[in-house]
Amino acid sequence: MSDATLPSASAQEPRRSASRARGESPVVQVILIAVSLVFLLLFLLLPLVTVFVEAAAKGWEAYRAAITEPDAQAAIQLTLLVAAIAVPFNVIVGIAAAWAIAKFEFRGKDLLISLIDLPFSVSPVISGLVFVLLFGAQGYFGPWLQANDIKIVFALPGLILATVFVTFPFVARELIPHMQSLGSSDEEAALTLGASPWRVFFRVTLPNVKWSLFYGVLLCNARAMGEFGAVAVVSGKIRGLTNTMPLHIEILYNEYMGAAAFAVASLLAGLALVTLVLKTLLEWHYGDVISASRHH
Amino acid sequence: MSVAVTIETIEKRFENFPALRGVSLDIQPGELVALLGPSGSGKTTLLRLIAGLEEADRGRVLFGETDTRELSLRDRRIGFVFQQYALFKTMNVAENIAFGLKSRPRHERPSNDEIRKRVRDLLDLVQLPGLEKRYPSQLSGGQRQRVALARALAIEPRVLLLDEPFGALDAKVRKDLRAWLRELHGRTGHTTVFVTHDQEEALELADRVAILNEGRIEQVGSADDVYDHPATPFICEFLGEVNKLPVKVVGSQAFFGDRPVLGGLSQNQGGPASLYVRPQHLRIVDETPLALPGTVEHLRRNGPLRRAEVAVEGLKKRLEVDLASQVAPAIGERIRLRITHGNLFAAA
Repeated sequence: MSDATLPSASAQEPRRSASRARGESPVVQVILIAVSLVFLLLFLLLPLVTVFVEAAAKGWEAYRAAITEPDAQAAIQLTLLVAAIAVPFNVIVGIAAAWAIAKFEFRGKDLLISLIDLPFSVSPVISGLVFVLLFGAQGYFGPWLQANDIKIVFALPGLILATVFVTFPFVARELIPHMQSLGSSDEEAALTLGASPWRVFFRVTLPNVKWSLFYGVLLCNARAMGEFGAVAVVSGKIRGLTNTMPLHIEILYNEYMGAAAFAVASLLAGLALVTLVLKTLLEWHYGDVISASRHH
Repeated sequence: MSVAVTIETIEKRFENFPALRGVSLDIQPGELVALLGPSGSGKTTLLRLIAGLEEADRGRVLFGETDTRELSLRDRRIGFVFQQYALFKTMNVAENIAFGLKSRPRHERPSNDEIRKRVRDLLDLVQLPGLEKRYPSQLSGGQRQRVALARALAIEPRVLLLDEPFGALDAKVRKDLRAWLRELHGRTGHTTVFVTHDQEEALELADRVAILNEGRIEQVGSADDVYDHPATPFICEFLGEVNKLPVKVVGSQAFFGDRPVLGGLSQNQGGPASLYVRPQHLRIVDETPLALPGTVEHLRRNGPLRRAEVAVEGLKKRLEVDLASQVAPAIGERIRLRITHGNLFAAA
């Protein structure tokens, strides 16, 4: 991801000498560039364009109808709601975990670091299944939950739990290397100057990592809104109730409502584009800060 | 006079590594003390203990009569200058310096105008007037160092603690800042402790130098004390280049082999000993008594002086000899050396 921060438009002269130094012929260079460009076009840009083209295929009215239809509206609102709860939760817990790992030495630290990565290495479907096994009707806590009339699986809490689980690493993983590279001396300086721990956190620690944090929130949010697998398992896909946007899109598509599916998909794709633009802007402006946090 | 800081038999372990093993030191008000030692000697740990950034396993630190274990970090009022300065990158110079004052509880906090005036005064004091709006990234190393000092001084600290204050600077800036810090200390009179591994820096700057080795203070004294009368062989070697001669003391004379090389000894402990002689305390002489014959094997430049390496029979390492104002001998020339000053330590 950090490759984007590398200066790509270097001057003609240094580039030529650099290629000489690497011993690659211009032909090889051209081939490499062509291969990656073709790949990008075929596999990344083309699908994206297709989404918007298909969405617009039946005209503006159909597009509007597809996204204003009650089930679609419910899905959009649910997606926003889930993200609005899961992302702040992961921000708080992510900061706490990153803080603990970067600033303290304790037993089990390596284990904690691996645990943070767990959601990345486990298939989202399994993440969802875990929650069904725990909280579903046949699950460990199922009878107790039923007795107390608490619904988790096939309801909002389940969606939030699954989303939190899948998107947890984004914030923590952005922050940990950055905080580690910063060390603790800024905080110690603030403490010796008489600042309270809260003041140290809000005036020193947080401003120091704000761009990494923002970057992490951005990625976390994109994934929270786009998550399919884990959410599909716990949702139960009740239309208008537990369908998030990705699930709604799949249902529409399965029912041969291609244009409607792509219309809703275009919203998600639009979100992805906004994320991409913000991320690029961020890397452009604060590339040194962010890449510094990644390489240490 | 009352004591500003009392360090009482401090012990501190990290995991299985004993960082400090029973360290005691009194620091007088207004004194400039250097904690000198090689890396791993515990000097930075001691500084952080005084600051309250580490806790001692045993022993205590007193400020005046107050046990610091009863003080919060804020109430300790320590001015700590970190090795890499730890300036807040997201704040400008004025905000950095004002941070301590603005961190005070509301009823103790000066008004904004007072804070602004204080920041201005401090920037004048550290000779960086008008840099309020700059960010740390826009300052040179020396400027950052001085902003860090101003920030530490803003809270009117009881004690100023500096961790390797010149470590991150290049040689020229180091020298300038050293003189400047000495002068600033003379003007403001803060009780100051600084950590350094550079013996030259410690000897030049400090009123007193405490030399640490493996978690213990081996000697405390003025620069002249520790340089001229090192208490241990370690100090002798750490404070500057030194030649080592195995000798035997008989009566008031030290013998290298069967040749007397140094007389007028008062220690008079007798028996085998090590004689430590600095390169500048070896002189080429013409007469024979109390002289060590040798052959010049190598000549080189050593700062302002020339340095000769002299092979002496019965000694594995060549002797390093400073040639101050003398006519340099030629390589291969046989010469005689007189020891003008040496430190004798009983052989272990």
